[in-house]
Amino acid sequence: MSGGMSELPDIFENWFQRRGWTVHAHQTALLERASAAATLLIAPTGGGKTLAGFLPSLLEIRQNPGQGLHTLYISPLKALAADIRRNLASPIAEMDLPVRVEDRTGDTSYSKKQRQRADPPDILLTTPESLALLLSYEDAPRIFGNLQRVIVDEAHALAESKRGDQLMLCLSRLQGLSPALRRVGLSATVEDPGALARFLAPHPAPSDILLAEPGPDPDISMLLTGEPPPWSGAGAVYSVPAVLQEIRKARTTLVFINTRAQAEIYFHALWQANEDDLPIGLHHGSLSREARDRVEAAMARGELRAIVCTGSLDLGIDWGNVDLVVQIGAPKNVKRLVQRIGRSNHRYNAPSRALIVPSNRFEIVECVAALQAVKEHDLDGDPRAQAPLDVLCQHILLIACGGPFDADALFAEVSGAGPYRALSRADFNACLGFCTTGGYALRAYDRWQRIVRRPDGLWQLRDPRRARSIRMNVGTIVDTETLAVRMKNRRGGTPLGEVEEAFAATLTPGDTFLIGGQTVRYEGLREMTVEVTKHPGRKPKIAVFSGTKFATSTQLSHRIIRFLQAGDWSALPRHTADWIDLQAQISQLPRAGRLLVESFQRQDIHHTCLYGFAGRNALQTLGLLLTRRMEDAGLQPMGFVSSDYALLIWGLEPVTDAAALLAPDGLRDGLDQWLGGNAVMKRSFRNIATIAGLIEKNLPGKRKTGRQATFSSDILYDTIRKYDPDHLLMRITRTEAMRGLVDFARIEEMLARTAGRIDHVCAPHVTPFAAPLLLEVGKVPVRGSADARLLAEESARLMQEAGLN
Amino acid sequence: MTAYDFSFCGAQLSALPTGILWWPAQSLLCASDLHLGKSERTARRRGALIPPYEVRDTLNRLSAAIRTYDPATVVCLGDSFDDRQALDGLTPADRKHLASLMAGREWIWIEGNHDAGPVDIGGTHLREFARGALTFRHIAEPAASGEVSGHFHPKATVRTRGGSITRPCFLIDARRIILPSFGTYTGGLKTRDPALAGLMGEQAVAVLTGPAAVAVPMPRQAIVRRPSP
Repeated sequence: MSGGMSELPDIFENWFQRRGWTVHAHQTALLERASAAATLLIAPTGGGKTLAGFLPSLLEIRQNPGQGLHTLYISPLKALAADIRRNLASPIAEMDLPVRVEDRTGDTSYSKKQRQRADPPDILLTTPESLALLLSYEDAPRIFGNLQRVIVDEAHALAESKRGDQLMLCLSRLQGLSPALRRVGLSATVEDPGALARFLAPHPAPSDILLAEPGPDPDISMLLTGEPPPWSGAGAVYSVPAVLQEIRKARTTLVFINTRAQAEIYFHALWQANEDDLPIGLHHGSLSREARDRVEAAMARGELRAIVCTGSLDLGIDWGNVDLVVQIGAPKNVKRLVQRIGRSNHRYNAPSRALIVPSNRFEIVECVAALQAVKEHDLDGDPRAQAPLDVLCQHILLIACGGPFDADALFAEVSGAGPYRALSRADFNACLGFCTTGGYALRAYDRWQRIVRRPDGLWQLRDPRRARSIRMNVGTIVDTETLAVRMKNRRGGTPLGEVEEAFAATLTPGDTFLIGGQTVRYEGLREMTVEVTKHPGRKPKIAVFSGTKFATSTQLSHRIIRFLQAGDWSALPRHTADWIDLQAQISQLPRAGRLLVESFQRQDIHHTCLYGFAGRNALQTLGLLLTRRMEDAGLQPMGFVSSDYALLIWGLEPVTDAAALLAPDGLRDGLDQWLGGNAVMKRSFRNIATIAGLIEKNLPGKRKTGRQATFSSDILYDTIRKYDPDHLLMRITRTEAMRGLVDFARIEEMLARTAGRIDHVCAPHVTPFAAPLLLEVGKVPVRGSADARLLAEESARLMQEAGLN
Repeated sequence: MTAYDFSFCGAQLSALPTGILWWPAQSLLCASDLHLGKSERTARRRGALIPPYEVRDTLNRLSAAIRTYDPATVVCLGDSFDDRQALDGLTPADRKHLASLMAGREWIWIEGNHDAGPVDIGGTHLREFARGALTFRHIAEPAASGEVSGHFHPKATVRTRGGSITRPCFLIDARRIILPSFGTYTGGLKTRDPALAGLMGEQAVAVLTGPAAVAVPMPRQAIVRRPSP
């Protein structure tokens, strides 16, 4: 039943004809290859990619109905699963196919989930996390025993995170339960199709790559406004009138903006200027599901003229009537830009129309570089590490929930997953050891092992009741702690969204802040819910959302450096050329073969900016090393932040001798020691420990309530580091941080390239090029002597003020 | 190590940066909420296998203080063990370490809510303990005076011009002292919490622990008075 089918049966041909559609070449090609073990289809948006993925399933089920679960469809978004279910409903109904399609996500009711396990549909639409959960049940072999096909949608997006690694482990499991299983990956345009195919295919089986006709080149330009963008800042509020004008001219516009906080501000500003009351909605990941559903439904009904959104709408949901995409802020990454532009004009062969709006002067340079890259089809991508072991630890625990397992068989199965194809047995054993006793050098938990080896050699949970808490920790997305925000009213309160706990802690009753586009007043905290009332008008605080941190890709920053070094400003608007000239006046431009260092004071804090052009990772490492030197020299550094082109350090004392600070001798000494204690490592550790199952995510009813019972993961980190530095989780943390942080070779290259030729400028105030760094996300605090001095100052001031001395 | 020296109900005391209270005139050292055996209890009750090194770490830090001050009396202010079975979970090495700290001095175990009932490791087990004008007990009693207690694990946040800094802290006013927790695996309760705010007088001081002991007025939630609707 898995033979290739090049001919569409009449009933399908007729259905296509009735719709006025022609069958795309890649749809036929995928039918021909229906028996291949793995196929990766790369097609631009609007190419009928999803239908191409499902056609072979519909044909096979029609030929041989009622054989249990035939096809599993996996997408990164719950909303996408629901969307696909609706889209499949019409061909199935119109052709009267004997196919039952259901979705299963975190939102599916308990009773429906139970029913699905007892009586699975022909096609199940789900997410990686829901699949991992399903596989952790004892009846998984029965549910998936006859599974024929898996469709992985938005494979390019999944492959960029640990969600994809987890999914590949699950597919290996499925392959074990149903050896005839075939895989299809659907992907937007990517820079390295081969790598994605190897990620997706069962190792060592080959994976076919099908490249659909690319659509025409997008019609993309930079939106230039009468008013020049500000020196710095990321909000781009200056562009509101011009963008409103573009929204008026278009049918439907998607306005992408890089962070949730910026989306709130921009949406607010759009509505203040929206004199025609154009229906404009807001969509981002911190809004309540109800609020997002409302906007998506209004969009589907064609009632909205524009949506201001973040990455939450990056993927898939098909809104055919979008004819303009506006990208606010520099796109940071050319690949994402191209994928976003693809969201407009969801018709094959129609060019997508897009406008980029730089939010400050430096971003104009970045936008020009990005436009050139799009024109040259130069996509970027930073390769990810293979085989994250924290994900494997979680996988082993979930497998144990499903029943006893054999370690050798599990190792073989895991090695069949693309990202784990080079996994060593030693690493696998370390993960198994972590799952059994915690893997500590001090063997304290032999009595309390989580999984135990039975006399027959199989491993199983020591206490089967633990399965519940292991399942509750499923997934690789580790969120910061957030609190729900509700509008206070008699019926329990309308959910508006959520804010970070740290932001909620700064609120006092009476404070106002923006959420879901409205200004609300903080009334108080009730049972871990932030209660608010409507309070239009006053100038609101801005909520802090975790959001995704975007880094300008390496390729794009190289383009920027080349552009700056070429010295030809003809592609730039006048004001930006002026801005670069201003930088040259106040300070100077970075020059090839020399290192520009600027020092300036801002709000009593001394700042030093180094234009290393060595990439964010290398500059972050340099930040760690230089702040250590500064700490030793008594300069009391307080923190630093890096972008791809520069590093900004601030502290209580000025840097006067940049050359001594940058002397290469001994710079590397104690690197490991110093790295071990910093905040970046602790941040990685928290994520890793949560994924691996050392720290539990929020359990219902166990949510920390500000009582003294809980303590931070930093304490666990410090303790393991002190007493068990070779522990598996420390090893994973170091590996991830080294990749994320340490790019020491590029620091050495930079120091060699500039060889002590340092231009140290003492500027009167923040310089044009340094300003954007002040707003950069990902600031790293340095907890050293500066803290002691700041506390002493504050103590003296407060005690005196309170008359307590 | 800069301590915060203060006078309390006629006694000259030092709040040490480590979170220990030192009374030189009585050669008395007091630490609260050691929570020894927390990792073992967590494994036993919840199945989570957190790093089993907190007993060693807590005892190492306590032993550093005992070496420095060589106190005649040590008062452990309750919740010394994470529960009654935690003592059984200590490794022989940890037990030996503890016994060597106790040898040659008066050692008082105050009963806490986690470790009610006598402990089987020597020392004197008491519900509360009086010395001079001071009374040592685990949980503060609202009407008490001259009281030294623990239980709440207070921590304070200070906003400075370079951002805010949060540390475990002592709370001190004219009538009572609340100690920070000394155990390695212990979290904290913000001084803004009503449970703490209600106990401490208006002139209360928070002494932050860390590299040096630093005093600030006890941070509290602003009280907002609004006309009723």
